[in-house]
Amino acid sequence: MKKPPVMARAVERGLSPFRGKRAAHLLPRARLGGPMPWVIAIMVALTVLATGGGLALANLVDRASGDLAGGATVQIVEADRAKRSAQAQAAVAVLSDDPAVASVSLLSDGQVEALLEPWLGAGASDESLPLPSLIDLRFRDEADEELIERMRGRLARVAPAARIDAQSTWLAPVLRALSTLRWVAFGLVLLLAFTGAAAVWLAARNALGTNRDTIEIVHLLGGNDNQIARIFQRSILLDAIGGGALGLVMGSGAVILMGAQFAALDSGLVAGGGLGTTDWVILATVPLFAVAIAVYTARMTVLSSLGRML
Amino acid sequence: MNDAESEVVQFDNVGLRYGTDREILSNISFTLFPGRFYFLTGASGAGKTSLLKLLYLAQRPSRGAIRMFGSDIITLPRDRLPAYRRRMGVVFQDFRLVDHLSAFDNVALPLRVSGVREADLQGPVTDMLEWVGLAHRADARPATLSGGEQQRVAIARAVIGRPDMLVADEPTGNVDPEMALKLIRLFEALNRLGTTVVVATHDVHLIRKVPDSLIMRLDKGTLFDPTGALRYPPRRVGAGT
Repeated sequence: MKKPPVMARAVERGLSPFRGKRAAHLLPRARLGGPMPWVIAIMVALTVLATGGGLALANLVDRASGDLAGGATVQIVEADRAKRSAQAQAAVAVLSDDPAVASVSLLSDGQVEALLEPWLGAGASDESLPLPSLIDLRFRDEADEELIERMRGRLARVAPAARIDAQSTWLAPVLRALSTLRWVAFGLVLLLAFTGAAAVWLAARNALGTNRDTIEIVHLLGGNDNQIARIFQRSILLDAIGGGALGLVMGSGAVILMGAQFAALDSGLVAGGGLGTTDWVILATVPLFAVAIAVYTARMTVLSSLGRML
Repeated sequence: MNDAESEVVQFDNVGLRYGTDREILSNISFTLFPGRFYFLTGASGAGKTSLLKLLYLAQRPSRGAIRMFGSDIITLPRDRLPAYRRRMGVVFQDFRLVDHLSAFDNVALPLRVSGVREADLQGPVTDMLEWVGLAHRADARPATLSGGEQQRVAIARAVIGRPDMLVADEPTGNVDPEMALKLIRLFEALNRLGTTVVVATHDVHLIRKVPDSLIMRLDKGTLFDPTGALRYPPRRVGAGT
């Protein structure tokens, strides 16, 4: 009888990792893959959109707050045109002398009419409706309550019809709302990350169930938990890379499109909400986080299930 | 018994039950020595497959102590068990081949799990498939193989790594007498190299083919060892003192 082949031992028992293509070959791709790349693509696209929105809102709030922090507006509310003009000139003189003031600009009648045009229509003039004189004031530092109160006192002496308000006071509710929206966007990002991880968890559990026989065999042949987990990690890694890249393209496209739409509004406030280079770099890292979350979730799910086997 | 022999497996008062049912195995005590050939017999339902599951570490006992290759398996952390499983070859009663892998890949699986390089496993796997008469079916999936062919692939997978212990559950149940004899000769060849072989079978003709073997007879979950041979096996003819 021919000598059995096992006589010529060519096998060394070791604990070298069972990974790469050979390991991935154990699981049929279609069984684990399925809709997973598409789920990840959608999650990444939504996350990019939410992150882009959050960053744009953050930029908008920061820039608007910075612009308004040192600004104040003085109104001379006086029906008599001559008195109003005299008080406006006196107010400008007093404010210009104050060391806390960086610049003072008295708006011309034309500028005031242009500001009010959206509400009063073209041609609103002093003859039909007395308009206040407006002085745009820039302080060297933030226009806090104490400074505004001091200015109010100085103006009261030379321009009794003067009313002074910090610009930040007017837009504070808007900025608070925008700030809330920014946090909502970042909360949405966290929710999407959690939902993505849950989807991967479900897919990994489903794949574990479908491939239970194969896993048991590898387990009984001496495969350890890490080796088996690596098989799933590799499969989910490929899905996540593909889905993440697609999601980034879709999400970035949507962000660019929305940016263009908002830019077309030609609003000073909205223009402050553009995305900078750093913001785009952050958006580009979204798929990397998605891949990391997917791989980690798959690994933990598989290890947890394997832990219940002997 | 030869003093130089140390046990491969030692069961001491082992019991196994599933849930709250009665014990499937009760007070099982025996020792398996290196290089011995054991047949495990008993009627259907006697507990042969359950005992084999304990042997190939698919199951923990409900009570008792098990030592394997010098270690207490009961208290061993589970992350150290794979190293012990790699020292065993198992032929399952239902073969348990991986459906989507070819016969070649199924046989190569234990080597790949052990980290053997592709270049090093091509030759042994091809030789093994040739030995079991399936070289021409190397690329075939299990579903396209007959029951006997699947069993031969399962046996090839179990012995390819030249295990320290081979556990086989009815390994010749689906093959013709000629192939059954050939497979038993393969087991004997492994046994002569030092592999401890445990074969569960009903086939008394098969048992007679290996005259130097020891019989483990299970009846209703209890192991019979009236002569004490399973604890103190007789010396083999020609064994040193």
